Amino acid sequence: MAEKSEKVTDKDVYLNRRRFIQAAVMAGTATASTLLYRRLNPPPAERVEGEKIQGVAKAPTTEAIKEGFAVNDKRTPLDAITNYNNFYEFDTSKGGVAYAVKGFITRPWTVSVEGLVNKPKIFDIDELLKFPLEERTYRLRCVEGWSMVIPWIGFPLQKLLEKVEPTSQARYVAFQTLLDPQRMPNQRTGILDWPYVEGLRLDEAMHPLTIMATGMYDETLPPQDGAPIRLVVPWKYGFKSIKSVVKISLVADEPPTTWNIQAPDEYGFYSNVNPNVPHPRWSQATERRIGEYGRRDTLLFNGYAEQVAYLYQGMDLVKNF
Amino acid sequence: MTFPKVVVFVNALIPLVLLLWDVYNKRVGPNPLEFATRTTGMLTLVFLSLTVAVTPLRKIFGINSLVKVRRMLGLFAFFYGALHLLTYVWFDRWFNLISVVQDVAKRPFILFGMLAFVLMLPLAITSTNKMVKRLGGKRWAMLHRLVYLSAIAGVVHFWMLVKSDTRLPLTFGFILLFLLGYRLLAKYAPANQPNASLFRD
Repeated sequence: MAEKSEKVTDKDVYLNRRRFIQAAVMAGTATASTLLYRRLNPPPAERVEGEKIQGVAKAPTTEAIKEGFAVNDKRTPLDAITNYNNFYEFDTSKGGVAYAVKGFITRPWTVSVEGLVNKPKIFDIDELLKFPLEERTYRLRCVEGWSMVIPWIGFPLQKLLEKVEPTSQARYVAFQTLLDPQRMPNQRTGILDWPYVEGLRLDEAMHPLTIMATGMYDETLPPQDGAPIRLVVPWKYGFKSIKSVVKISLVADEPPTTWNIQAPDEYGFYSNVNPNVPHPRWSQATERRIGEYGRRDTLLFNGYAEQVAYLYQGMDLVKNF
Repeated sequence: MTFPKVVVFVNALIPLVLLLWDVYNKRVGPNPLEFATRTTGMLTLVFLSLTVAVTPLRKIFGINSLVKVRRMLGLFAFFYGALHLLTYVWFDRWFNLISVVQDVAKRPFILFGMLAFVLMLPLAITSTNKMVKRLGGKRWAMLHRLVYLSAIAGVVHFWMLVKSDTRLPLTFGFILLFLLGYRLLAKYAPANQPNASLFRD
């Protein structure tokens, strides 16, 4: 009799054990599912504050709006600007860039301005930060169909180019992002042709709206937005405004540009914001302003037609998209 | 509901609960609509892949009981697919169906998404025991092979909308290729080959 009771588990004990195992399985899988979801969808990264920038010239509003240096639209909050980035050198998810840039060091940093110029020069970043800085509040329209309003701090590219004296053969300006797979981890992958390169026609580069930005919201640029210095061309799709620039070359012929190399029929050299020229895979007629629901109409040249349309007079904007 | 079904049910709802929790607490980043659309779309592909994975897993590892949760996995794929479509039709288009049609004409990748969803509809409708009886097991099984097409359309939809980093859509693509390729091999591999045992019960 004693033997039997050892072999057969009591029914109550059996049920209790069963219930215990079930509870453990439930708790274990639920925890695993939660952790997996959290890992794949991390919450927005905490913002790292930049250094305050002093002595920025802020133009009187009505005059600034007329010149295109400011807009009446509501500014996009800084937390949104720093957590929604396309910066493929670090990460291809817009929320992931802010995490991936942590620890990105921007000192020492130089920008070489060279090519068809009389006085080529390598500028140290601290020298560039001493250029007279202005605030420019621009609309930024991404080719993906979203937009922001960003108060940049920077100086007209024109001021930099004047220092090196472009020769009469110079007709285009080529830009290059830092190439350093140690610091920009996605440069070890082949998702784009590294380094990232962009280009402008010389008259576009000399336009007063074209700036080199070194900050925004009165702070130095966060890494995810192109620290320590980037181009901003407000009437073109965002990818033209190349980030973390190390080289600017004056050249005679139209330079290659990264997204154009990647998909020539989708991204042209000009890439002016144009609601009438759809991207092959989506319409460009409307956009979602970050912070708003629904969509708003996209404006020709991103609303800067009055200031820049003359640059393209007589040009077929559909052909030269 | 049996215990394995309860486990699947609870775990399948966890992403939705966390998504709603994050939306409520404004922890979904600067573009909440894109976040919700992307997350529900991804979940649809995950559950479609899990549904299609049941048969190979059963055959390779002999876990036959998996078949008992397959219907639930499939219905969750449909559920998240419906939510995915709803976020687009509601928050992106404000139920303006004309604008949906115009948008689809300009963005062909949406067409593949719609196709993936439409193919799931008859499967969801005929998912009850009653319908299996009414259609007869063979015809029902035949109809439910539409899930392969739906999954393929879903992956194509994802692949077409990505700008240059196709690693994630391709990962889904390769998983699907394996799961569907396995079925073909299992069907046509001669039974007398030494390694054929891998492909049989």
